[in-house]
Amino acid sequence: MKIVVLVKQVPDTETNIKVGDKSINEAGVKWIISPYDEFAIEEGIRIREKSGGEVIAVSLGPDRVVEALRTAYAMGVDRAVHVKVDDYVTFDSTYTSELLANFIKAENADVVIGGRQSIDTDSSQVVVQIAERLNVPHVAMALKLEFDGNKVTATREIEGGTEVVETSAPLAVTAQKGLNEPRYPSLKGIMSAKKKPVDVKKPDELGATGSKLEVVSLEPPPPRIAGRKLEAADAQGFASQLVKALREEAKVI
Amino acid sequence: MADVLVVGELKNGELKKISKELTSAARKIADAIGGKVHTLIITDNVDAFAGDLKAVGADAVIGANLGDFSPEGYANGIFAVIQEKKPAVVLMPHSAQGKEYSARVAIKANAGIVADAVALSVDGGKVVAKKPIYSGKAYANFKVSSDIQMFTVRANSQEVTPKDGAGAVEKSGASAGEVRTKSLSKDLSGGNKVQLADASIIVSGGRGIKGPENWPIIQDLADTLGAALGASRATVDAGWISHSHQVGQTGKTVSPNCYIACGISGAIQHLAGMGSSKYIVAINKDGDAPIFKVATYGVVADLFEVVPALTSEFKKVLG
Ligand SMILES: Cc1cc2nc3c(=O)[nH]c(=O)nc-3n(C[C@H](O)[C@H](O)[C@H](O)COP(=O)(O)OP(=O)(O)OC[C@H]3O[C@@H](n4cnc5c(N)ncnc54)[C@H](O)[C@@H]3O)c2cc1C
Repeated sequence: MKIVVLVKQVPDTETNIKVGDKSINEAGVKWIISPYDEFAIEEGIRIREKSGGEVIAVSLGPDRVVEALRTAYAMGVDRAVHVKVDDYVTFDSTYTSELLANFIKAENADVVIGGRQSIDTDSSQVVVQIAERLNVPHVAMALKLEFDGNKVTATREIEGGTEVVETSAPLAVTAQKGLNEPRYPSLKGIMSAKKKPVDVKKPDELGATGSKLEVVSLEPPPPRIAGRKLEAADAQGFASQLVKALREEAKVI
Repeated sequence: MADVLVVGELKNGELKKISKELTSAARKIADAIGGKVHTLIITDNVDAFAGDLKAVGADAVIGANLGDFSPEGYANGIFAVIQEKKPAVVLMPHSAQGKEYSARVAIKANAGIVADAVALSVDGGKVVAKKPIYSGKAYANFKVSSDIQMFTVRANSQEVTPKDGAGAVEKSGASAGEVRTKSLSKDLSGGNKVQLADASIIVSGGRGIKGPENWPIIQDLADTLGAALGASRATVDAGWISHSHQVGQTGKTVSPNCYIACGISGAIQHLAGMGSSKYIVAINKDGDAPIFKVATYGVVADLFEVVPALTSEFKKVLG
């Protein structure tokens, strides 16, 4: 089985974000693998451990994303590929999915796994777009995956519960929390990851038609409605004040 | 033509509020760019919804019978309607289902897409979509440069404004086509009574509730308000409640009109999921808890006293 796992590098949630005109100021940003992509990497490795084959980690972005690929190596992937895009607009899902789908097509992969969303853009688009581009089925929000040859049975999260679906490889999967527990890279893994090769692919080699998104501007979050702490003598006092505030002032209840 | 196509959504045979929110938003866009609003509802009983959608500005209400939900089948059907209507703008819900079919629809239509928009405006004939990025620590404005501009829109982010549209009813012949993922079974027992994603009120509990035996205190308030029940990750990780209730970066992103946080400290990962709520109420013993930085109304007190008092007070006024 040939498995491609998608690894996006994103700012750590706790990082302070400084907004520039059309992108953020990257100085001082701490970068991590988007948490859901860790489930994707882990699942890729587990499928290989069961069914054999190869796991290829792919990350798209500028040079810094090689760090994320080293972590994927340390976790146990077999190959790492850097789709090197320097002036990359991280929000542009159709451009991203085109580059990645073209790479995956050339590799003839059986399974593509990514996170259910990346935590910087929260778009939930790229993996399913790749499925559409490759003309294969997909399973979104996977909580459990089982392969029987090409036949795939999956449990996935849906609104209000779970669903069991059946489909077949080749397919694309998005990983939801609960799919597995990502392993920690071993020290040995980290050491050997440093020496492993990272393949570089450029957009023109992958033949993408380009961006369909224009970043107009970035801005700080809108100011919140000014908050205030309520004053009261006891619980009853708080309750009646709060009911009044929500009904008469905010008019939300 | 510069028409706007809305994909609406039903829940248990009823129109979800997002369908009206998107139709209303589409009306404003269509008026600015000079076109019509078509609202597509996936049903064999479109007549039942035409009046409600016409009243918020739909010129045409289209019904397409695509059977049970499947992302591929919906995408095939929606794309068929797009080919027929040739809209300039397509608005879809950023719901669990919408996230899935919108990705396929965008590729089929060779369109750029902005997902999870919370505000829409028009500039120079093009839609400008605003969305929170980096866990709400910044907002970005985008235009889509392809012929068709696509957007998925967060629930509760758009006002519903009454405005009469022509409201013609059409039945589309679009079909689900080939679907390669078969649903074997569904388990909806773990689900919320009211769904978090589109709830307009959410009552959430955190580690401050002390243990799973105390959920009824929070649930009672939620039931009284017709609200969805949310939870912090600490309570999910402790095994007090299922992950489907978790709000935050690794849970659900929500944007209710009112979010009541009980015994939740307000960690950045929690704020990432609920920070765009319109009104936030924080009930927390610790006056220095970070949740108070975003709270519209802060109550520094013991939740075990305040929440039951609040429930009975609401019961009184809501009857
Ligand atoms: C990668 C990552 C992802 C994460 N994703 C999420 C996520 O999606 N959602 C999420 O919520 N968290 C998430 N977290 C965890 C987050 O960092 C916090 O640990 C978590 O939100 C804390 O939950 P809490 O507020 O319930 O608990 P605590 O931080 O323990 O806070 C409990 C609060 O209750 C108050 N309290 C105690 N007793 C009472 C009382 N009787 N009355 C009133 N108040 C009382 C305390 O003062 C305190 O402020 C994530 C963390 C990481 C590292």
